[in-house]
Amino acid sequence: MGNGSSKETTPRKTGKATSSRVRALLRRETAARFITGAALALVVTVVFAIFGYIIYRGAGSISWEFIFGSPKDRMTQGGIWPAIAGTLWLVALTALFSLPVGIATGIYLSEFSNGSPFARFLHVAIANMAGIPSVIYGLFGYAAFSIALGFQKSILAMGLTLACVTLPVVITSTEEALKQLPIELRRASLALGATKWRTTYRIVVPTALPGIITGAILGLSRAAGETAPILFTGVAFFAATPTSVMQPSMALPYHLYIMATQPTVPAPKIVWGTALVLVGMLSIISALAATWRSRRRRKLTW
Amino acid sequence: MSRAADVTARVLITLLAFTAIAILASICVFLVQSAMKSMGEVGLLSMLKGTSWYPTSDPAEFGFLPSELGSFWVTFVALLLSVPLGVAAAVYLSEFATPVVKEFGKTIVEFMAAVPSVVFGLIGLYIVVPLIKTSFHLDSGLTGMSAGLIVGIVCLPTIISISEDAMRSVPDDLRRGSLALGSTRWQTAVKIILPAASSGIFAAVMLGLGRAIGETMVVLMLAGNAGILPSSPFMAARTLTGTIAQETGEVMRGGLHYSALFTMGLVLFAWTFIINLFADAILDRQKKKWS
Repeated sequence: MGNGSSKETTPRKTGKATSSRVRALLRRETAARFITGAALALVVTVVFAIFGYIIYRGAGSISWEFIFGSPKDRMTQGGIWPAIAGTLWLVALTALFSLPVGIATGIYLSEFSNGSPFARFLHVAIANMAGIPSVIYGLFGYAAFSIALGFQKSILAMGLTLACVTLPVVITSTEEALKQLPIELRRASLALGATKWRTTYRIVVPTALPGIITGAILGLSRAAGETAPILFTGVAFFAATPTSVMQPSMALPYHLYIMATQPTVPAPKIVWGTALVLVGMLSIISALAATWRSRRRRKLTW
Repeated sequence: MSRAADVTARVLITLLAFTAIAILASICVFLVQSAMKSMGEVGLLSMLKGTSWYPTSDPAEFGFLPSELGSFWVTFVALLLSVPLGVAAAVYLSEFATPVVKEFGKTIVEFMAAVPSVVFGLIGLYIVVPLIKTSFHLDSGLTGMSAGLIVGIVCLPTIISISEDAMRSVPDDLRRGSLALGSTRWQTAVKIILPAASSGIFAAVMLGLGRAIGETMVVLMLAGNAGILPSSPFMAARTLTGTIAQETGEVMRGGLHYSALFTMGLVLFAWTFIINLFADAILDRQKKKWS
């Protein structure tokens, strides 16, 4: 991309010969660099400001009791463990439903489809699924899982709905991870007499695993933060720590939403503490996944 | 034996690949099926053009226009903020930034995309809403403007990363050729890179638009959700997504109100589907152009 070579490429001042036109161009260059740089700086600042503000407001709420305790005094005191547990259940179910199907579809698209018309159709469908508003998934989950399949308002219905939301992310990231592998890897295996499937599951998938897992984690952390898809399919203002998938449950993002907008008594400590727990959980997980991926990548070079 | 395993695995994987299509198809089927009742009794056109939404009064009225206008204002404000800011940041990332700054910037943008929208909503509730209220002397800061500003921030990662991708995929030869002829980097960016990447940037804006129309939690928390026809972004508004999110949980299953909400969902679905299909086609063409 030729970055960092701007000094060589911008016209140099050559003493008296520098015409006013060149000077104007250079001024414009500096201004453009400054303005576009300021735009990026603003975006970065907003992100840091948001994180800083959440930590600033939320850090005081974090305690053993806040994380592992139950809500008390009409939700204004106590902890948020039922919401944390609910979100963990939802993530587990989402993983159970979306990962096998998503990874298989990714493998199909990268290894078996050979650019067939069906594969092209599938690509379009997946791109569109990724763009469907999450509240539509909520409507669909309500009509399909809660009502038609009779799961009512339950963790199961929520997990299935979130799995639909997550599926396109998992498919796309799996396909990307597999496509990054060099074709020689596959050819070598096939030349040694391995079948296509053996090549895929003994050579291709293990090599691409870091990428596949990172993508899966990103998809699941998105599911953990979604609120709209679970609004009608089983999230509760208050429920005990879940013991079965057929119960409604609390969830962190919904708890955050409802406590911030419709409290009988405002409880900013609970709200910001919940925000910090949610954002903290997601950031730590995605940072770990990203670091792991880049480590693995450094080990494997072609 | 291994031949048999090969065939079985291939068949199984191909079958699983149909799941995504099946889900997409069921979304259409369930939306249409649940929307039928209201489309038959009220009529799609009269809902789309109806100016009042009083689903619980007698006789009930199911006009989508307040929500449509609300969605319009929120999206308008969001894009007004995120398109110039996002494209400018992408230009810097692609054309000016050093490798370190670029890596850092892209990581931050990726991180931003992973923040749940409900968290952005909370920030808006505590910071933007009071700010809008005092700076424009309004009775309440819960307006389309407040929601739009935060939705704009939510759209930024989409717009930045896709337009940066588009600019990066312009072959380096074009860049070098322009620089070799004595153009400055900015001239190269404006006269060569932006025109070459224009369709990709347009697709980025479309995808940002889809994201903005579909954003639910931010709007639910910040827009005020009033049933009036908003004539400016400084009024409380409700959006298509907000109306669905707020009312679907409380409504009687199978009733006319329930069905009208599904019709609203269908309208939203159709919009985003068209926008995404369009953006996808543009991106596909751009990819072919440079490969």
